[in-house]
Amino acid sequence: MWKARPDEKPSSSPNPSATGTPASSVVSSGTPALPSKESRPPEPAKITEPFRSDVAAHIGKSVVIKGELSGNEDLYLDGEVEGTIDMGQHSLIIGPNARIRANISARDLVLHGRVEGNVRGSERVELKKSTVVVGDISTQRIVIEDGAYFKGSIDLQKEHKPEQRKAAAAAAYQSSGVDIGASHQPSFLEQK
Amino acid sequence: MRWFRGTADTQAKPQSKATSQRVSRRSTGFTEFTRTLAGFENLAVLDLGPTSSANISFLTNFGGRVYNEDVLRSSRDTSYFTRQDDGTMKLDPAKFFAENLNHPENRFDAVLCWDVADYLDEALVKPMVERIHKSLKPKGVLLAFFHTKDAGPDSPYCRYHIMSKEVLELEPGPDFRLQRIFNNRHAENLFKDFASLKFFLGKDNIREILVVR
Repeated sequence: MWKARPDEKPSSSPNPSATGTPASSVVSSGTPALPSKESRPPEPAKITEPFRSDVAAHIGKSVVIKGELSGNEDLYLDGEVEGTIDMGQHSLIIGPNARIRANISARDLVLHGRVEGNVRGSERVELKKSTVVVGDISTQRIVIEDGAYFKGSIDLQKEHKPEQRKAAAAAAYQSSGVDIGASHQPSFLEQK
Repeated sequence: MRWFRGTADTQAKPQSKATSQRVSRRSTGFTEFTRTLAGFENLAVLDLGPTSSANISFLTNFGGRVYNEDVLRSSRDTSYFTRQDDGTMKLDPAKFFAENLNHPENRFDAVLCWDVADYLDEALVKPMVERIHKSLKPKGVLLAFFHTKDAGPDSPYCRYHIMSKEVLELEPGPDFRLQRIFNNRHAENLFKDFASLKFFLGKDNIREILVVR
């Protein structure tokens, strides 16, 4: 509807959120004003160090893994992974340089880099501003920083306290016709 | 430029990242939207705006499952552009829709479109609404916001955060440019395949439209 603004100049910034939008679908030649999928993350150097020392294991950005990645300790992962990642009940930090094409499962997840795949954090998932996540997220708690890109569904599971878990288990057993304890047996007075 | 969205700061200038502040506004359209959702079971909501933890929290607490797809930001991906004979780059809707808004039919009970249509590339607006129509269940609802004629091309793009059933918070940025103004007739044509439209005009000259499939 309007002509392009005269002060609009093509930007070579790789960060989509920091560039102006094209006035129409036509963009002049040789002006890389549009973001590319490979343009993220924008600030890798600034955010790598603070959390690196917090974790036991570290996989650097030059490492490429194809297949299944699993472990029994916390992990900082800044490399490229294609396959599956299962950290069980441990924490996983996806670094800003990471390129993940895998379904991820861990207890706590902090995502800085690019992830294509379903993400399951049994306790918590945190999306940092530099992250790009394409896939479904399933967790109990989620934290999303402004600027994080997420495409997919979020399934927030309710937190189960121990008593609730016990009650839920009892209900499940009852519904399946299995007696799980003395409380479900007839009382002494009822017995004849 | 006149800051026409928000009840608190009507004369503010377009945002810069340093000065951007959230502005609250009451939304009759959103109130009606949430009232409609109360009747749905296993609610599935598609949010077409930027990812917002407030929106996810609200909709999840409301009993819904949230699907997030920031179509505006996706539309700027260079991989969806093709080079023309004259050397210019042009957005290819076929490429875009091959990877976006690919949802099964009748999947969603509700769609939050916000004001995405005002900022989206012309070639994508109509196909986007057609896709939404397909993925909405019968009697599903869509909430869309449109600028009125008072808005200019420099009207800042805002992210919408749901604060309550009545109140939305607008956060300026990222820096997209308003592409066009839909008047009532344009909006009616855009949603012509839907069963009904209900218009709400806010004090801040944002037209809110609740559309029912």
